[in-house]
Formats: sequence, structure tokens, C-alpha cells
Amino acid sequence: MAEIVIVGAGPAGISAAEILVANGLRPILIDEGARAGGQGYRRPADGLALDMNKLMGSEAGRYAALHARFAALRPQIDYRPQTLVWAIDGKRLHLLRDGRTETLDCDKLLIASGAMDRIAPLPGWTTPGVFTLGGAQVALKDQGCLIGSRVAFLGSSPLLALAAKQYRAMGAEIAVIADTTPFSAKLAAMPALLGAPRTLLRGLWYMATALRAGIPMLNGVTPVAVEGDGRVEALVLRDGSGRERRFACDAVALGYGLKPETQLADLAGAEFTYDPDFRLFLPKIDGFGRARPGLYLAGDGVRIGGADAAEASGALAAHAILSDLGRPQDIAAIRPLARRVARLRGFQRGLAQAFAWPKQQIAALPDSVTLCRCENVTIGEVRAAMAQSLGPVEVNRVKAMTRCGMGRCQGRVCGPALQEIVAAGTGQGGESAGRLRGQAPVKPIALAAAEEPA
Amino acid sequence: MDRSQAQFRRVAFRSGAAVTLSFDGLPIRATAGDSVLAALLENGALIRHLEFGGEPRAGFCLMGACQDCWVWSSEGGRIRACTTPVSQGMKLFAEPQGMADPHG
Amino acid sequence: MSARTTDVAIIGGGLIGAWTAFFLARRGQRVTLIEKGVVGAQSSGVNFGNLRLQGRFPGQYPLSLRSQALWEDFDALIGEGCEFEQTGHLYLAYDEEEHAKLEGYAKVSESYGLAIERVGPADLRRRWPWLGERAMAATFSARDATANPRLATPAVARAAARHGATILENTRVTAVDRGGEGFSLTLADGTRLSCGALVNCAGAWALEIAERFGETAPVFPAGPPQFVTEPFPYRIEPSVQAIDGSVIFRQIPRGNIILAGYPRTAADPQANRAPVPPAKTLAAMRALARVAPMLAQCHVIRVWSGIEAYLPDMIPVIGPSGTTPGLFHAFGFCGHGFQIGPGVGLCLSEMIVDGETPTPLEPFSIERFRTATAVSEKFKKEFD
Repeated sequence: MAEIVIVGAGPAGISAAEILVANGLRPILIDEGARAGGQGYRRPADGLALDMNKLMGSEAGRYAALHARFAALRPQIDYRPQTLVWAIDGKRLHLLRDGRTETLDCDKLLIASGAMDRIAPLPGWTTPGVFTLGGAQVALKDQGCLIGSRVAFLGSSPLLALAAKQYRAMGAEIAVIADTTPFSAKLAAMPALLGAPRTLLRGLWYMATALRAGIPMLNGVTPVAVEGDGRVEALVLRDGSGRERRFACDAVALGYGLKPETQLADLAGAEFTYDPDFRLFLPKIDGFGRARPGLYLAGDGVRIGGADAAEASGALAAHAILSDLGRPQDIAAIRPLARRVARLRGFQRGLAQAFAWPKQQIAALPDSVTLCRCENVTIGEVRAAMAQSLGPVEVNRVKAMTRCGMGRCQGRVCGPALQEIVAAGTGQGGESAGRLRGQAPVKPIALAAAEEPA
Repeated sequence: MDRSQAQFRRVAFRSGAAVTLSFDGLPIRATAGDSVLAALLENGALIRHLEFGGEPRAGFCLMGACQDCWVWSSEGGRIRACTTPVSQGMKLFAEPQGMADPHG
Repeated sequence: MSARTTDVAIIGGGLIGAWTAFFLARRGQRVTLIEKGVVGAQSSGVNFGNLRLQGRFPGQYPLSLRSQALWEDFDALIGEGCEFEQTGHLYLAYDEEEHAKLEGYAKVSESYGLAIERVGPADLRRRWPWLGERAMAATFSARDATANPRLATPAVARAAARHGATILENTRVTAVDRGGEGFSLTLADGTRLSCGALVNCAGAWALEIAERFGETAPVFPAGPPQFVTEPFPYRIEPSVQAIDGSVIFRQIPRGNIILAGYPRTAADPQANRAPVPPAKTLAAMRALARVAPMLAQCHVIRVWSGIEAYLPDMIPVIGPSGTTPGLFHAFGFCGHGFQIGPGVGLCLSEMIVDGETPTPLEPFSIERFRTATAVSEKFKKEFD
């Protein structure tokens, strides 16, 4: 029987596994995390007195349903939590589990690797107490902790206000919700925002009510700096009118929307193409998530669309796998899924205008700002390397010359900003800057992991 | 550890086995199920110094992606604090261990 | 369609091409260096960065020592740095047979004037306490060094340009012909370039040019599996090599450990792909942990390889063409071209300007492939 492997036990991976099981197959579901659910529907370990229903708000039903579905599914699949796919060599997956490496051969591979925050640097962003917006939510949902007592939310995303609402409900003071995209851009995008998925509507609604609740909610800000000696003391911004404002706080949550975690897709041989709306290189897929023969990509790991789109795209990919295995699929069941994925992902594309990636702000950052937090490379070092004669004009060459993106995270964090700095340096646009090529291991692995059992 | 220096603020109680670990020789009390990162940041802000330049760091993404919260263990190994649960008797350090004496 | 004239055209903007351009330009030659991509991006930029003198092919020592002097003078010659470090090189033996081999290498090195220190088991761990227990003997050569290959070639090319060389990046040569007293090149944009002398140092892409002039060499593309670890406290100063070839590594002062292992893997110069099979990464990780057990908990953060040109006798082609006056070849460096790069550039410049070089290069003639090819022991060991 064909071995089918799904990587990622979030909404996409779980939905795909359900359909495969319903068709009499027993897929292997590999997940790096200890508990299924992915980042968005992350479930805390037992014993945490956290009211997830309250925290998830209107998502509570979906959250509970997904975990119930997974509980039902679990006996029918080969579920392998806490397992990292660190390399892919053709049809062979290289895994790391309990500090040991092993291999797994597969015929069909579905990667649903999820997303992480897209980050724009600012002066002081490496100060302890600055976390990603997603991280702020993980701290709360996974650990029952707030990232600080008085938190500033900075970036451009409807999730800024949503997370701030959750934080306030749990007792945090909100120093400011600061969005770099002007309010006018959000108004202009209003027609596209009608028909928004629930999560986003909630974020938008909360933005509208934040002011009434006495929380400073600013649009069109220019970040100036995170201040503090060894820990966060304040966030300094220029507001839309150009006035500099200082918000005392002890933590900053930073996020400019999400970006797909595409490293595994890269190692599996997906082709990439530049998406000018998101200003990211994304894997090429067909309408079902096929990236190449035997390789399928679903969920936020290939296109940001949110949890509902992830579920539907996971299901679509499962139908594609079944179809490619020679099992005819019911077109009537598939069409609505495809429409749903297209609508939800299309909506995210519209949002890219209302919550824009601040490419001009990044291009204007001072030389002294750290760009690569792993290797401690400043924006100025990148600019200086590019300005030399025969200087690099593409991100991989910039990396070779400056070590920007060469460290432990392999450019996950600095990659999008590096791309903008390089594009600004050449004046040739984001696509010409290229993309950082992925290399194994996807995450660091200890030499000892390679030891063969005695 | 000085809790007044804490970065994280616990807002949901965790029931479970009490776990004691140490960081730079100072005891840290945590509960089974806590991540190392949460346990450390509930007890003081800093968890490591960057290898290049020495500036303080305390993690960033909290989801195992940014690789910015690796701390040292007594055996000279390294632990990614945000994805590693606490365990009884862990001895963790901000600075490298087990390398000063390569046989140690 | 424009037409230009240059004294020397160099095809291939790797380390060899850049140094050749540098020395020629310094002697007042009009030089045009043509690179299909960007300078130093192929094997010149992705190799291990070793400037090893121990254990080289005996006939290469005059070239090698001449080259090392240039590396040692890099900053002054080139006007910028390339993270050159005179770290020394430690060659390790794990049994009597390897020890004997080590001794053989040492005698050859010494006969060419290189200082080799023999180190017994007790001193081994006293001097390099991170070494595992199994190493039984070593030779240490203090003059061996390392440099950052990513920085070196662009720096040399910039220096060549400052001396007047023309560097054409992202430029393909679409035709090469005899023309007048020399050669006529056609570039992808249609430009015609006439030159008196032509240097073929196109690495894994060099064979096409050689064959254009009726000669050949059994060159093939491959790359070693390499990886780099996270930064660790700086303890390992020399570059370290197990004589069985299983592992070669060095730690840079920033703390990262860089490793190259064997066997090498076939690469695809057309698709520009040099894969690193994960199984080879794992084998190299085990080998490193055996040599330096202290590193067992050290994390690998990235693997890479690069497309290098190899020949079955594991020595390069360097020198004049056997068929065509004015044509010079320098390719097939078999994974050890980085160290001799500056020397090769200097010798080529002498051959072109003076008609001869004081450095003996006979063993590297392309003419050797007119007869049956010797297959090196090293070759058998270092490939799958």
C-alpha cells in the first residue's frame, strides 16, 4: 500500500488525515509539536486553569470541534508527535525524534507546515521583552502567561487588536495598539473586507471599539524605537501627524501578518514564484495543492488563508492524493472546498492592502538597526556590502558576504526584511532580490543525534 | 531569582507536579507542563547573551522557529527553551558549560 | 553589435580567474574577465576555505608554497581582508598504517622546506585537549591557514578592477574562435571581443572550451558534503583532518565549526545543483563527534555543497594548451584549488607576459590525457 505522510497536525493536516481515513487509508501524521492543533488552535498541556472558551471567543466552537475530531481520528492514523522532519531526500524523509534520527520513505507527501509572524525590524527590537505577536498568543494559550504586564502591540495586522483584546481580558494593561498602515488604506479596502472571515471581523470590530475602551489605537504610525537597557521600557512612535509619542511598557508584541513556513516545501523540491501582493516567494501549486508529482502543500504553510482555509485546503489536497492514487473523487464534494479556499485566500490578498507590509519604512531604517538577530548583522552592513564594486545584488549573495540570514534560524525572521533592503539597494523591485534558498537541517540538530544505537 | 524582574506574568494557574530546576545556580520553581522559557521568564528577564557582541536575549517567537532562546545545560548540551518542557533537577545556564574543560 | 579588443580574455570569474586578472592587470595588460554569473559564486565561494600545505601532491609543492606567500600577503596585495587566519593544520592518524602514511606525507613536505611537527599521543591531548582518545599520532604544520572563500574572490576581482581589469558579470560567452593572431569571442549580448591570449578557467564548465580547440580531459562535476554548526566558544584553532579522509573541520573565531566530509556527490552544472544527501551529513556528524567528542551536543545549522570540477588523477589541469598557442587552461582543481589559486594566477600571468614561469607545472599539463589516465587512490576513496 502507498505510504502517505502528512507533516503538520494543524487544521490542514487533520482535515486531510480525516478524508484519507474515511477512504480506508492509514496516513502517518508527523508533528513537531507535542499536541495537535497547530499554532492557531494550540491546546495547553493538561492542568492549566485557562478558560480556552473565553480565550478563543467566537472560535471556541471550531477549536473544540477540531480537538474532538482529532481525538476520534487518532486511533485510526499513525500519529507521531514531537517529530521533526529535518531533511528530505527525494521520497525519503529524515526525522528527528527523542534526540535520534531515523528515516521514513513515503509515496505521497503532504506538507502543512503552518506559518509564523512576518517581522519588520526597528531600533531596539532585539531587546528582551520584544516578542512576535504569535509568540504573545503562544505564551498565553500554551503557558498561561502574559509576555508582560503592560504590553504594546505594534505591526500591521487585524490580529494586533485581537491579541490585545485577549491580553486585556486576562488582566494586561495595553500600552498602545499601533498599526503602520494608515486608516485611509483600511477605508479604501473596506469593500474587500465585507465578507471577511470571522476572525478578521472580530479583529476589525475590536479595532473599532478599542478607542472607546480607552486604549490608544493608532494607524499610520512610523516605529521609532523600542527603548530600554536590557529590557523593554517604552515603545516610541511617530503618529500619523508626525508627532513623536512614547508609550511606557514592559513588553512589545510585533507582527506584520503571517508568512508561510516554506522550508520543507523547498527541500521537497517545490518551485517558487514571487507574489507581488504579499511580496514573498511562495511555492507554486495547482488548485488542489499539488506542487510536483507526489508532493502536496496545504494550509497557511503554502498560502495564508486562516484556519478555515487551512481545513478546506487540507481536504482538497487529500482528495488530490486519492485521485492520484487512482481513486475517483466526487467532484460535487470537491468544488465547494475549492471555492472556499479561493475565497478565503483571496480575502487575505485584499487584506494585504489594508494591513500592508511596510516596505518603505523598512527601506528607510537607519544603518544601525540589527537585521539578522542570529548573526548580529546590521542593515548598514548589508548596505555597505551592496555598495562596493562587484557588490551583491541578490539575497543569497548578500548572505554569503555579510552572514545575514546565515544563522540558526536560516533567515526565517530576517528574510522578508532583507529582501526589502536588497530591493531598495538595487532599485529593481522585490522579485529581483531573490529568495533565501532553504537547506537542511530545517532546524538545528545535535551531532549526537546522528549516533547509531550501540 | 528576583520575581520582581520577571518578564512573563502568569495569569492562569497550572496544577501539577512541582518541579525545581536551576538557572545559573539559582533555584527556579516551576510546574510540570511549563516550558523552560516560561519558567525562566517568570523568574527574571534574561536568558542568554548573544554570541556576537554579548547583548542580552530572552527569546522572540516562542514557537521554535527563531532559534533565539537556546540555553546551556550542565552536560554542555543546548536546549531550546521555548519548546522544551521543564524537568526536575535541570541545571541550566546562560553561558556555555562543559567546554572550559573539554573532558569535564 | 559592438567590437572590442583586449590583450587577454579570461573565461570564468572564480578564484583562478580573478587572481590571473589581478596579476595581468598589475603588469599593465588589458584584461577582460568574463563570468556567466557573479564572481566567486561557484566552487571558489562555497569551498571549505582550507589553505592546507600538508599532504599535497608532491609535484605541487613549489606552486603551493609560492601561493601561500601570496595568501599571507593578501591584505596588502588586495587592499581588503578575507578572514585569513594562520591556524596551522593538524593531520590525524588512528592506526599504524595511517601513521606510516602520515610520516610519508611529512617527509615529502619537509623535502620542499615545509616545517612539520610530529606529535605523539600524550602531547596530542595536552596540546589539543578536545581531541578524542583514539587519535594515536599527528603531524602539525604551522604555516597552513584558512580563509573565508565567500569573501576572497570578490575582493581579488575588485583589486583587479582597480588595476584596470574589466570584469563582466552575468555575461555568457556564446562562441570562441581563432581570429587573427589570437582569439575572437562572442558574448551573449552580441559583443565581439578580440584578444591575444585566452585563459580557460571555467571550472566545471571548462571542458566545452577545451574541446572547442581539439583537446579534452575527463573532467566531471561533484561536490563534498559540508556543514556548519552553531557558534561554540572558540577552542579549536588548527584546521583538523583525519587522514582517512572521513572528516576535515575547522572552527572560525566567531565560534562556528565548518566541516567537509566524504564521499563527494555528483553535481549537475546545467541545473546548477550540488545536492547534499542527508545520509552523508549524518555520517560526517558521526565522524566529527568521534574526532572531537566535546562537540557531541553541538548543533548543525546548515549544510551546503558546491560544484567543483574533478579529474580521475586528482590533480588539476594548469598550463598552455597542447593544440592552440595563446590558449591557457586552469581547471579541474579536484577540491583543492583554493590554496593554489593565487599561485596559479601568478604563473598564468607569467606564462602570458614573459612566455614562461619559474614554477614547474609539467605534471599539470592537459597533454597527459592524450594517453591512458591514471586513477588516483584518493579518487577511489573520496567518491561513491
